[in-house]
Amino acid sequence: MPDEPQRGPIPLANKVIAGVLLAVAIIAPLLVPTYARRGPELWGFPFFYWYQLMWVFLAALFTYGAYLLIEKGRR
Amino acid sequence: MSALAAGTGVHGVQFAVVLFFFVVVTAGGFLAARWKRPESMQSLEEWGLGGRGFGTITTWFLLGGDLYTAYTFVAVPAAMYATGAVSGFFAVPYTIIAYPIIFIFMPRLWSVARTHGYVTPADFVRGRYGSRYLALAVALTGIIATMPYIALQLVGIQAVLDTMGLGGSGNWFVRDLPLILAFAVLAAYTYSSGLRAPALIAFAKDTLIYVVIVVAVVYIGVKIGFGGMFDAAKTKLATPTAAGTPTGVFIPSNQVYWAYSTLALGSALALFMYPHAMTAVLASRSRRVIRRNAMILPVYSLMLGLLALLGFAAIYKKTSVFGLDHYANAQLAVPHLFDQIFPDWFAGVAFAAIAIGALVPAAIMSIAAANLFSRNVYREFIKPDASPKQQAQVSKIVSLVVKFGALLFVLGLDRQNAINLQLLGGVWILQTILAIVVGLYTRWLHRWALLAGWSVAMVYGTVEAYKQKVPNTKIKLIDGKAVPSTHGIRHFASSIADFPFTHTKVYIAASALIINIVVTVVLTFVLRAVKAPAGIDETEPEDYLSDAPSAPTPRGTRGARTRT
Repeated sequence: MPDEPQRGPIPLANKVIAGVLLAVAIIAPLLVPTYARRGPELWGFPFFYWYQLMWVFLAALFTYGAYLLIEKGRR
Repeated sequence: MSALAAGTGVHGVQFAVVLFFFVVVTAGGFLAARWKRPESMQSLEEWGLGGRGFGTITTWFLLGGDLYTAYTFVAVPAAMYATGAVSGFFAVPYTIIAYPIIFIFMPRLWSVARTHGYVTPADFVRGRYGSRYLALAVALTGIIATMPYIALQLVGIQAVLDTMGLGGSGNWFVRDLPLILAFAVLAAYTYSSGLRAPALIAFAKDTLIYVVIVVAVVYIGVKIGFGGMFDAAKTKLATPTAAGTPTGVFIPSNQVYWAYSTLALGSALALFMYPHAMTAVLASRSRRVIRRNAMILPVYSLMLGLLALLGFAAIYKKTSVFGLDHYANAQLAVPHLFDQIFPDWFAGVAFAAIAIGALVPAAIMSIAAANLFSRNVYREFIKPDASPKQQAQVSKIVSLVVKFGALLFVLGLDRQNAINLQLLGGVWILQTILAIVVGLYTRWLHRWALLAGWSVAMVYGTVEAYKQKVPNTKIKLIDGKAVPSTHGIRHFASSIADFPFTHTKVYIAASALIINIVVTVVLTFVLRAVKAPAGIDETEPEDYLSDAPSAPTPRGTRGARTRT
């Protein structure tokens, strides 16, 4: 995929939604009280550990959403 | 006493495997100069930024190889092994949130750097605020924060060498020879190939690391079981120490919620202020490459999280952490675990991964620190008319000086000094964020206020870190028994401290940043009121949005364009 020159402005709505997605991905992993507990366990992993590892995937997904909104939004 | 003299200890198969990978990587490092060959290597654009032509995949390997260092691989599980979640596992939320954060501001920095030919973050500060002293502050902070980080890469290699039976006691020259040779070779190919060398080697390093992690996790899942591993960790971390407090933290209690979250947030904000992180980003080909990387770099965070858990696996396996010098050293937890659970040849692969994992970041860090020196000290204060060729030459030489400085540091001083300074480095580097990141959006903050805020925060952070002390206890293995002995107290014992005027524990860098913000904002109001000169801004609003040239480089030769 060659890098094409970017055309046109990004619609405001896209920017706002992308911002919200990124904000969630940044803030949720910082809310320690929401996940600092032992249960429910998953495959022997205490909640504290598997929940944070799950956010690796969720944050990547949210960032991907923001990417689509920003990069494709201007077409 | 020498392991070599006694004919014991050196693990031949492991060493042979490590040596094999080292030779392959060295060849790659020298050949890298020909990769996407530039017409001339005689500029910082080429030597220091690889021609600003790296695509998505190369950037991914380069950044991954750059940010997840040998020290990370050794120290994060070591922290988990020794004291649990608050000192170790915060690295997971830290490296999760770092990427959405760079998604937001890094494309702006890339664009303005591309437009104006900025090579370092301090170049941007110089152009934006018209203040060479503010730029100097940013540059020096970057250099002093990076130096101990390079030294720690050597600590990572030492842990591996020690595990293989090299080093420990005996003649210092024989003991340290492998380390000296490895660094001499690294210095040679960085000198000749610049940023292309670590970019190429990063492919090998990361592939090895991923293979090792997958195998280790499968081993734990099948042979140990995750439940048993966590139970063992919980039991150990709850065991009271001699002082009566628990050994560590298995799951944070409400007293350390703020410590955990500020460690994650502060470290994430600091990560891309490090010159080596910035260098790898500026070397990418377009804004889109940066955004794509923000969504695929979390793969490394998953790996780091799994790697951290190996510290718990070492607890379960009752891995010995006594080194060849008979002293306990938690840094040996993961290398010793690999030695314990893997056949020799695969332990060799794992050790090669860690050792090469030290070379990639050490190369990039030395390049980044060297660029800061040649651009923001040499060109700015010593030789203002330095040509691009002269700047590149100064950078090459400084990159050698920086590496050998780190080598002497590790060989001559206690390893603990490097660890303390790296802790301080994180506190220091975060204080440059106002000048750099806020500067990308607004010039409202006054340059002198930024300098004042930076100074106050640097002093506060350093003093506060120094004040954290614990009894300096070492545990020595004597006739099979662990014998603790205490000699005085040790400073820089922790990166968390009470937030000013409270009893809430937070990351010292975060407290310092808040002080920095308060001082900078208050002084900006004052300086604006008295109409202090704001300096000249050489950037335009559209500079922050510009992208790669409209004609995309054809496939296959991408990045080959030469810039003069």
